[in-house]
Amino acid sequence: MKTLEEKTVSKKAVLWRTLISFFFLFLFFGACWWSWSWLHKQPFDGSFGQGVRQPLRNVLNTNEKIFSGITFSKNHLSKTYPISAATKNVRFNGGLGLKSDFDSASWRLNVIKKNGDTLQLTLDNIKKLPRTEICFNFKCIEGWNQITWWAGVKFSDFVKAYGLDNESSMKYLGLSTPDEEYYVGIDMPSAMHPQTILCYELNGQPLPLKEGYPLRLIIPVKYGIKHLKRIGYMYFDNKRPKDYWFEQGYDYYSGL
Amino acid sequence: MSKQPTNKLKIIVKKHPLAIRWFHWINFPVLGVMIWSGLLIYWANDVYKIGFGDKTILKFFPQNFYSAFHIPFRLAEGMAYHFVFMWLFFLTGILYVLYTIFSGEWRYLVPNKRSWKEAWLVLLHDLHIKKSTPPQLKYNAAQRIAYTAIIVMGIGSILTGLAIYKPAQLNWLCWLFGGYKFARIIHFALTIGYVLFFVIHIIQVILAGWNNFRAMVTGFEVVKRQKPFEFEEKPIVEPATLPVETTTINESE
Repeated sequence: MKTLEEKTVSKKAVLWRTLISFFFLFLFFGACWWSWSWLHKQPFDGSFGQGVRQPLRNVLNTNEKIFSGITFSKNHLSKTYPISAATKNVRFNGGLGLKSDFDSASWRLNVIKKNGDTLQLTLDNIKKLPRTEICFNFKCIEGWNQITWWAGVKFSDFVKAYGLDNESSMKYLGLSTPDEEYYVGIDMPSAMHPQTILCYELNGQPLPLKEGYPLRLIIPVKYGIKHLKRIGYMYFDNKRPKDYWFEQGYDYYSGL
Repeated sequence: MSKQPTNKLKIIVKKHPLAIRWFHWINFPVLGVMIWSGLLIYWANDVYKIGFGDKTILKFFPQNFYSAFHIPFRLAEGMAYHFVFMWLFFLTGILYVLYTIFSGEWRYLVPNKRSWKEAWLVLLHDLHIKKSTPPQLKYNAAQRIAYTAIIVMGIGSILTGLAIYKPAQLNWLCWLFGGYKFARIIHFALTIGYVLFFVIHIIQVILAGWNNFRAMVTGFEVVKRQKPFEFEEKPIVEPATLPVETTTINESE
């Protein structure tokens, strides 16, 4: 059997080498502690102490660049399921922006165009466009998921139908509820992904109020926080539109 | 004093190369941050438990555990830390594996044909059922299996982590781990595995004693011989380590 090479050294040398090595180990732990406390002295990126510490945010933004560059593709689809797999009891998790009274007769989807014009569309206008269904595994940022069945119009079809090519060539899509209590920003490649739909049906029925009637976003390449319910306004920008959960410290991209 | 030079000499063997020691100690805080931030994330949907039927034996995790570690309502913070430190976890892992391959250290670490049988002997020895010490070079058979398993687990954590991080873009990877739900369970179970590994590791290190622990810091281990006279039969002494008195006496004369 092989053995390890032996060496005879003085007792003093053993002690000396031990001391030096431990000195470096303590130096290393000191450096760890110092970096950790440095990180915890860095300012938050949001106002009023909200958001996340700036160095962490920088890395999250870099992650977006890396992963939207490497793994994102229009051809990478979320797995879809047969409609029979869809749950009947859809979990209700977010009522933000739904608290104000809702009058379906006066509701319009306000599309704010690049030149400042606003398109005002009714639900019937939208329902005239080609219908697309998707049954997929909806993923909440909290960690739960549900197979759910939705229908509406593909966002990319909507863009084509209303001649929003100038708008969709911008970097971001912004959405907000009619009361502007809830708002999200979405990078355009994700918005134009073939599975992204402006949704008006759940389980073959009109959307329930709490699920975002009359129109909500379904975007399988994002966590649920981006699937804005009861869309009131749609706008476009080359800068990141404001985003509710981003302000609370979540990743802006939140892409799956 | 000079009549007994053996008291001033020790035989050492090089056990852990510098790179392995650094990887070991860097990974310790990095894995710590990953587990802690993972807990902050897991809390937001803490559905796992061990039990059968309606009976729960162990819930992950009890409320007092969360309170003790200030876990609740920190999902955003947890995700931020997790997706920053994942890079350090990934890099130290990759570099460690590459290092062991190119330095040849893997020969000491990867189990061989005899390891499975020998690991059993190690277990009997550790439980004080058998007195004889199983053969070992740097690591015994049980250590080889454990230290290789932990690398496989690390690769598993990275892959299942990627699968639940980008389940749409990497849907093939997600599928490979049995879907989103199952990939999340594996990712969690591996973390529990690290904690169990850590506990056993600490116990073993304490039982093995100072000499073994020091080797992970200094790199060398002092060889303990049954017969101390062997030292005198081996007068190979490096010039630099000659007893200091001899030289000073010469100078004064």
